[in-house]
Amino acid sequence: MKKLKAIALCAAAAASTLVAAPALAQEQFVPLLVYRTGQFAPLGIPWADGKQDYLKLVNARDGGVNGVKLSFEECETAYDAAKGVECYERLKSKGTGASGFDPQSTGITFAVTDKAYADKVAIETPGYGLSQSVDGTVFQWNFPLLGTYWTAADVMLQDIAKKEKGSLKGKKIALVYHDSPYGKEPIPLLQKRAAADGFELALFPVTPPGVEQKSTWLQIRQQKPDYVLFWSAGVMTPAGIREAQASGYPRDKIYGIWWAGSDHDVKDIGAGATGYNTITIHNSAARDRVHDDLRKFVYDKGQGTGAATGVGTLAHTRGMMIAMLQVEAIRAAQEQYGKGKPLTSEQVRWGFENLDLTADKLKALGFGEVMRPVKTSCANHLGTDWARIVQWDGSKWNIKSDWYQADKTHIDPLVKELSAKYAKDKNITPRSC
Amino acid sequence: MGFLLETLFGGLMVGMLYALVALGFVLIYKASGVFNFAQGAMVLFAALAMARFAEWIPQWLGFDNQILANVLAFLAATACMVAVAWLVERLALRKLVNQPGITLLMATLGISYFIDGAGQLLFGSAAYKIDVGMPKDPMIVFEKTFDGGLLLSKEDLYSAVIAALLVATLTLFFQKTRTGRALRAVADDHQAAQSIGIPLSRIWVVVWSIGGIVALVAGIIWGSKLGVQFSISLVALKAFPVVILGGLTSVPGAIVGGLLIGVGEKLSEIYLGPYVGGGIENWFAYVLALAFLLIRPQGLFGDKIIDRV
Amino acid sequence: MFYRENGQFKSSYRADVALFPIAQDRWAMAGLLALAFIAVPSLASDYLFRAVLIPFLILALAAIGLNILVGYCGQISLGTGAFMAVGAYAAYNLQVRVEGMPLLLSLIGGGLAATVCGVLFGIPSLRIRGLYLAVATLAAQFFIDWFTNRVPWVTNGSSSGSVSISGLQMLGYRFDTPVQKYLLCLSIVAVFALLAKNLVRGAIGREWMAMRDMDVAASVIGIRPVHAKLTAFAVSSFIVGVAGALWGFVHLGSWEPAAFGIDKSFQLLFMVIIGGLGSIAGSFFGAAFIVLLPLVLNYVPHWLGLSLSTATASQLEHMVFGALIVFFLIVEPHGLAKLWSTARQKLRLWPFPY
Repeated sequence: MKKLKAIALCAAAAASTLVAAPALAQEQFVPLLVYRTGQFAPLGIPWADGKQDYLKLVNARDGGVNGVKLSFEECETAYDAAKGVECYERLKSKGTGASGFDPQSTGITFAVTDKAYADKVAIETPGYGLSQSVDGTVFQWNFPLLGTYWTAADVMLQDIAKKEKGSLKGKKIALVYHDSPYGKEPIPLLQKRAAADGFELALFPVTPPGVEQKSTWLQIRQQKPDYVLFWSAGVMTPAGIREAQASGYPRDKIYGIWWAGSDHDVKDIGAGATGYNTITIHNSAARDRVHDDLRKFVYDKGQGTGAATGVGTLAHTRGMMIAMLQVEAIRAAQEQYGKGKPLTSEQVRWGFENLDLTADKLKALGFGEVMRPVKTSCANHLGTDWARIVQWDGSKWNIKSDWYQADKTHIDPLVKELSAKYAKDKNITPRSC
Repeated sequence: MGFLLETLFGGLMVGMLYALVALGFVLIYKASGVFNFAQGAMVLFAALAMARFAEWIPQWLGFDNQILANVLAFLAATACMVAVAWLVERLALRKLVNQPGITLLMATLGISYFIDGAGQLLFGSAAYKIDVGMPKDPMIVFEKTFDGGLLLSKEDLYSAVIAALLVATLTLFFQKTRTGRALRAVADDHQAAQSIGIPLSRIWVVVWSIGGIVALVAGIIWGSKLGVQFSISLVALKAFPVVILGGLTSVPGAIVGGLLIGVGEKLSEIYLGPYVGGGIENWFAYVLALAFLLIRPQGLFGDKIIDRV
Repeated sequence: MFYRENGQFKSSYRADVALFPIAQDRWAMAGLLALAFIAVPSLASDYLFRAVLIPFLILALAAIGLNILVGYCGQISLGTGAFMAVGAYAAYNLQVRVEGMPLLLSLIGGGLAATVCGVLFGIPSLRIRGLYLAVATLAAQFFIDWFTNRVPWVTNGSSSGSVSISGLQMLGYRFDTPVQKYLLCLSIVAVFALLAKNLVRGAIGREWMAMRDMDVAASVIGIRPVHAKLTAFAVSSFIVGVAGALWGFVHLGSWEPAAFGIDKSFQLLFMVIIGGLGSIAGSFFGAAFIVLLPLVLNYVPHWLGLSLSTATASQLEHMVFGALIVFFLIVEPHGLAKLWSTARQKLRLWPFPY
């Protein structure tokens, strides 16, 4: 009987806690979907720290956006789509409406994109997500700013072509990828390019979480591709680089995607990863005034989210860039809908679509060295994609190439084709821009 | 031909590493009749302890010697695993003494969640490194006989030797020492062992501690190879087919099973994989174990399951 | 006092073997159904539907399926996630490839595909037993994980491997709002629960229980092990397949193979163990426990005013989860259903002690 009473009390208490806490109305709410646990934690932790740090900086240094302070709440997804959806549902209507979601995961992006249409919330997916969602006429609510996996793959091929005196014909390029929607994203573009440029594409899927890659790299040793494109994340990256070292594949022939190229991926391997190339979104390897401001206004006051040593690492800077785009979207939307007051999700979406970050504005924000101008429009939700190749030298990343932009001759038709398919499947009438 | 040999070597080495993880399962099952689902979590916990202590101890005590740091970290991690074993026995096993197998299985699953969370809470959920001086570069042999030579991973070779030494030590321990004999007695028949005065709960603490130390060694080897992060607990999933192939109650079975699974996995992935798109080694290991089980339902070296009707 | 059966005499065999022989039980069940069908839709919030009630119902259905296999027939299976995946993808293919396919037929088609799969992977159970079988069922889990990831036909040629369903509708009736989805799931679960309850009370259920208790003795008295075990796998997989299809269609809407991974299998097994092996009501209790626990654990720090980093909160959640599992197994190894039936027993005599 006592057991039953206790259990009944617990159940009642549990039921009463399911009421969500209300948020203050004079603040702009930014939900932060993060993964600080699970197989992607090594990537997720600095990313999440970067996002939160920048929001704190805006509040501390600028007093918010035109006086409207930013409130934020983190929700742990562990890269799981179901948890991501639960976090999304819980946070989408908080405050005056969520300013935008950065799900940090291609899988969660897929799950949440359909709901975003109905809920009218923007999904910001810089450097990941559905590559065809650059087409704003169909994907009204998705914003793959600064780069997608197709632009990344294209830039990698451009850099390789440069090394190979301009032609990829007859070469063998392997794609070692995380066997999930994230890893499979570049395949359509790579296949197209292989057909057009005459190189052979070999695909090597790695079962998540990717701790066991011996067979993959043994096969690579046998098949001797000229270059390896490495689409991994989290623990799969160091595991792969270590296996590459153990099987003797030259690291300078490996190109990691931007999520596979951050300090935490290679610093434990140190000299063993020397030569490993990665692509950066714009120039996230650089340092600029924003890092100094962050130290001055946030870390020196003890308000930093992560360890101070994380400031300036690739993943952390990328997190800050993503948060900056969110904040600038809010600012742009305020210009349209009313300065100094909190906005709804739909209004912030307008902001995302009308971003115009000129070189001067970026310099004023402290991102002048890190980013190049970005301008979005109704039909173009990508903005402008710039990338650079950086290389690990055993202790730090060195910028190895000049600025690249993806060659749109293959990407644009693919975007059109797949976004038309999406529109047909989902019964969406494309907007006219 | 050369590549086939390379694959075989690679498979054998990896198989030894799986066998190392499987050893923990077998030891605990033999002595306490519990299939320890928490073994993977224990490997993670042990590896995290080792990695973090190796990082923290030099900071706390203020010296720089890597070897000393590693030794102290090893001792500290061993102490942690013994503490875990003691807690598990005290709080969970003692209360679940006569429950059916599935309840114990679920209890260990619950324990594995707990240890996963506790380990990452105490030590962190990012990726950490273990550096015990394992050579990282490959060794190429027989360059004259085979084109490009045969690739042998020095790290895997050293790890396989360490695993073999561990098995030999444990076998000696079980055969020659008093505690070892007591463990075998308990594995044979709990009640009989109790009736001749063997303290069951103490034996279980010893067994789980040994399981913990085996997990520590496995954690150090895997951690040194891959870096220490949450995903390391998933190598336990690779060890399951080894355990059921070799038989739940047999230490040589774990070794043989490990070698078979390792080789089978690699051969299937490299020779069959390309025809079906790759990525098959995960399930192939299980299907291989399943195929063996259909011929011998108790595993290759396991005890026959006898039912009293 | 309330639960006295005085005066309730049965005058026909039919009344004697009724599902709820005691009138109070019948009233309670009717009340519960009224609550579920009428009260909840008018009172609950959108969030409650989407995050609590719908997952609870679908997981309860899957737990019923698993309970039949593990609780009633004693075959430990760790591959439930795979069967849910088969159900979901089969239903998806039927829905997408056949023009104008009614939703219910897609769901049942998913269930049938899962049945075929389940029987196939259940064949080893004829030879392998106990823990060995548990681990062997993981073969099914990993194989299906790989299959749904690799074979493009399964995902209807989706380049990313992610599939989605939009617009559930049947006989012209659309299921768009959370309330409609909730009622759909509720009806399906109610029907299946009734069917399952009657199955396990019948001859086939008794065969299963005989196999669970002592399969050698059962075969000695004439129960065919092949028939019993494979029907258990078949029925269980059918229910789990339908649950998987519902999970994909109604709860997720858009999913990838990782949604039905090994974590789901463990989650379902937890539900069944905590809820109570060998009990249909237990499946519901277990599902409620597992669905509510993470949400409660998420809110408790809020409640107490602590601000924890999400990583800490997540680790603590794991720890509390694990600890609660062990606690439950120690305190009541037969699960919440046993607690409930003990309560009912006491209630029958209350306020008298015996």
